[in-house]
Amino acid sequence: MDFTLSKEHEMARTLFKEFAEKEVKPLAIEVDETEEFPRATVEKMAKAGFLGIPIPKEYGGQGCDVMTYVMCVEELAKVCGTTAVIVSAHTSLCCDPILTYGTEEQKQKYLPDLASGRKIGAFGLTEPGAGTDAQGQQTKAVLDGDEWVLNGSKIFITNGKEADVYVIFAITGMVEKRGRMTKEISAFIVEKGTPGFSFGTKEKKMGIRGSSTYELIFTDCRIPKENMLGQQGKGFNIAMHTLDGGRIGIAAQALGIGEGALDRTIAYVKERKQFGRAIGAFQNTQFQIADMATKAQAAQLLVYKAAMTKDQYTKDHKTSYSVEAAQAKLYAAEMAMEVTTKAVQLHGGYGYTREYEVERMMRDAKITEIYEGTSEVQRMVISSNLLK
Amino acid sequence: MNLEEYKGVFVFAQQVDNKVSSIALELIGEGKRLAEKLATQVTAILAGSEVKGLADELAAYGADKVIVVDDPELKEYRTEPYAHALASVIQKYKPEILLVGATAIGRDLGPRVSARVHTGLTADCTSLEIGDFPINPVPGKEQKHNQLLMTRPAFGGNTIATIACPDFRPQMATVRPGVMQKLPKNEGAKAEIEEFNPGFTPDNKYVEIVKVVKNLTDTVDIMDAKILVSGGRGVGSPENFKLLDDLAAAIGGTVSCSRAVVDAGWKSKELQVGQTGKTVRPNVYFAIGISGAIQHLAGMEESDIIIAINKDETAPIFDVADYGIVGDLNKIVPMLTEQIKAEMAAKN
Amino acid sequence: MKVVVCVKQVPDTKGGVKFNPDGTLDRAAMLTIMNPDDKAGLEAALRLKDKYGAEVTVVTMGLPKAEEVLREALAMGADKGILVTDRVLGGADTWATSQTIAGAIRNLEYDLIITGRQAIDGDTAQVGPQISEHLGIPVISYAQNIEIEGDSVIVERQYDDRYHVLKAKMPCLITALAELNEPRYMTPGGIFDAYKAEITTWGRADLKDVDDSNLGLKGSPTQIARASDKVRKGQGEKVTLDPSESVAYIIDKLKTRHVI
Repeated sequence: MDFTLSKEHEMARTLFKEFAEKEVKPLAIEVDETEEFPRATVEKMAKAGFLGIPIPKEYGGQGCDVMTYVMCVEELAKVCGTTAVIVSAHTSLCCDPILTYGTEEQKQKYLPDLASGRKIGAFGLTEPGAGTDAQGQQTKAVLDGDEWVLNGSKIFITNGKEADVYVIFAITGMVEKRGRMTKEISAFIVEKGTPGFSFGTKEKKMGIRGSSTYELIFTDCRIPKENMLGQQGKGFNIAMHTLDGGRIGIAAQALGIGEGALDRTIAYVKERKQFGRAIGAFQNTQFQIADMATKAQAAQLLVYKAAMTKDQYTKDHKTSYSVEAAQAKLYAAEMAMEVTTKAVQLHGGYGYTREYEVERMMRDAKITEIYEGTSEVQRMVISSNLLK
Repeated sequence: MNLEEYKGVFVFAQQVDNKVSSIALELIGEGKRLAEKLATQVTAILAGSEVKGLADELAAYGADKVIVVDDPELKEYRTEPYAHALASVIQKYKPEILLVGATAIGRDLGPRVSARVHTGLTADCTSLEIGDFPINPVPGKEQKHNQLLMTRPAFGGNTIATIACPDFRPQMATVRPGVMQKLPKNEGAKAEIEEFNPGFTPDNKYVEIVKVVKNLTDTVDIMDAKILVSGGRGVGSPENFKLLDDLAAAIGGTVSCSRAVVDAGWKSKELQVGQTGKTVRPNVYFAIGISGAIQHLAGMEESDIIIAINKDETAPIFDVADYGIVGDLNKIVPMLTEQIKAEMAAKN
Repeated sequence: MKVVVCVKQVPDTKGGVKFNPDGTLDRAAMLTIMNPDDKAGLEAALRLKDKYGAEVTVVTMGLPKAEEVLREALAMGADKGILVTDRVLGGADTWATSQTIAGAIRNLEYDLIITGRQAIDGDTAQVGPQISEHLGIPVISYAQNIEIEGDSVIVERQYDDRYHVLKAKMPCLITALAELNEPRYMTPGGIFDAYKAEITTWGRADLKDVDDSNLGLKGSPTQIARASDKVRKGQGEKVTLDPSESVAYIIDKLKTRHVI
């Protein structure tokens, strides 16, 4: 077992770090305040290849491993949670299922634009009555000639209004399963601008406020038959498998948020003086920092392990990374929440102001315990694999 | 190379548009000081087109001798003809020391000339002395006397190095403008004037000047400013920044500000120093009415000289200031401006 | 069209600066980056590649570790990297460095050589012009814009109060300012390719037409007499005086420090 990163990965980290410091960090406060999608930053990321890191070169991607992608999300999240989730949702929830389940035609049609960042991707599973419980889906797709007709809506969609390509799940029928009628779910690729596809309200959120979270509305939205992603009726599996990968991205985001808050706190406690000495000289501060750093390190190991396991899957198309992803996300998200909360505390009154960015990081951290499966769902995933 | 043949301190007397650059006079002043230690003379090399008339000015500031290289090829600065002029002077007159200004021209010309005559060149010097090399005797190594010891900052000012050029002549240095002192002007002083033209034959190294565009914009980037006069919330009002504008005008500086000032809408974001603004590193940073939040300090603490004026004696800005003055900026700054004006007037 | 770009791996001055006992820099102990002016030069070359299909070869001289900047250059899009490294080249000043690099470049075909104006460790701005002198080609320093016109290069050259638009026949050497452009980032895929690429390594024996007396510490006309870390700035003086005394105090300091 080798804990050292390769030179390639080290250099990639240097790249992501430099980009984050120079291009992303200066805008983080503004993105949070204005709740505006950082379009210019996304264009810069596109140019640098950040939107197609684990996509093979033959589809216009960078041809790198999941590990490299994870480090990108991590470094972005250290300075801006919003920017990190834009990359994560685009890559893990849109590019990845098209790469994994798409036909050659679909891959040729969509991946080059997505991987180069000319187009942005999103993923629509959640509905008002259906979060992780995909059986609660209401959105329907009915085949009419050569077209599927979509009706229904999706909520809380990351990159909602800014995306161009959407992976959407809908009910395509009822099937009998163990003597019960259950909904048959299928996945589709829907392009922005398709008649009948519109946007509802923008969510006003606690954190990751620049990430364009919208409701997607489908009213007799007709999409070509060939836009079904994967086999009919396999939508639930596709969704779950996609979320396994997505969780690694979110785990990396959580990891970065925690690490970013820790970095700032370390710098702050060395500078801030109370009672004539730096607060870092007090044992309470030292012990808090030690705990924060240890948990961040543990989270990093879990996240990297999950990334490596998914890389193994990329090679053999067999290895399961579901548990690794759930554990990484569970732990990293809870670490992020704990570390950012402590960071605010150690910053004192300043920490509660928006000028000191740990306040934003604490708000950004919270969502990582919720989306792409709450911490409770992660525990279900982990335990059900242990107890099956 | 017979080092003994090389005698005298030479300076490159830069002129632009047939006006002597200030650096030329500074170099003559410094050259004179060095020449006295070596019991020799200071010679100015005046290169240009129809520049002979400038020789008297060089004499008035202390040049003992002026070598005039006058040729139409030297009208507007170009690397090759100027390098040819200077290298030819070196080959003919064999100076012991040659000083060139560390201006845009000098920093282009110096290396080309040093490479042509095969000698060392120390860039951007801030201090020159005559002394021994090695500075302290080293067993088994000859200690040479009367060497030019050239001191310069490196690593963006993080380090200081003193360089010698013991085995080659001339000992060449480019010297940072504004550091060396001119001598008082002595009207009527005369220098020996010698004209020398090595002949100029354009070859592949002569580049063509397609266009000369004189400058440029008047907006100054605070990151390029040598002197910043920076104000914080303590200045009190946008109108009161006039005090800082005046000071900046008097000392040749640029006004910048803290984040609080930008947030209050008094100044534009472009002028903000600090973590969320710009990181600056001027020679002099006046922090006026700035308390010195960590974010501000991060953007300016690398300044060479920090002068802080603040009425709160516990303000953190005093932790990084070289010179901290506890007091009322409204009283101190206008008086300071007047005093600087007076000093500047006296100097010219 | 063939472009050679000279880059230097420099210590990141944001970290500390460390010395060997002999007063030379302990480069191995510091974090390193590609020198910013050189990176702008590389970007200029890569734009010529984008526009005219120029072939971009990057040359560096340094310790074996300097290979990293070549990988970085390849990851940005350069075609080829050459590392000039040899024990006998160590301790070189700008004369010996420029001799070394000129010796390496004599092995290459080139229309244009681009170097950074100056390196942030030495701040000398000498190596570029000196290379051009050794190679007998024109130099245009401080380029702020580069265009190609037939067999000539047209460059805006910045001075204090003006700029010249200069035209030189190629081959020619240009020194680039960091302000010349905004260098592109490496791409993640480019990084992995860069580590698969072969880096050419040249030693003393590979340098063309250079005498031993012009190389390394022995071939350096300038020698370090003394080097030191600038005394780290701590808290300075703090005075409480009446206004006129305060002014006199400041004036005195400004004079002592040669500000006025």
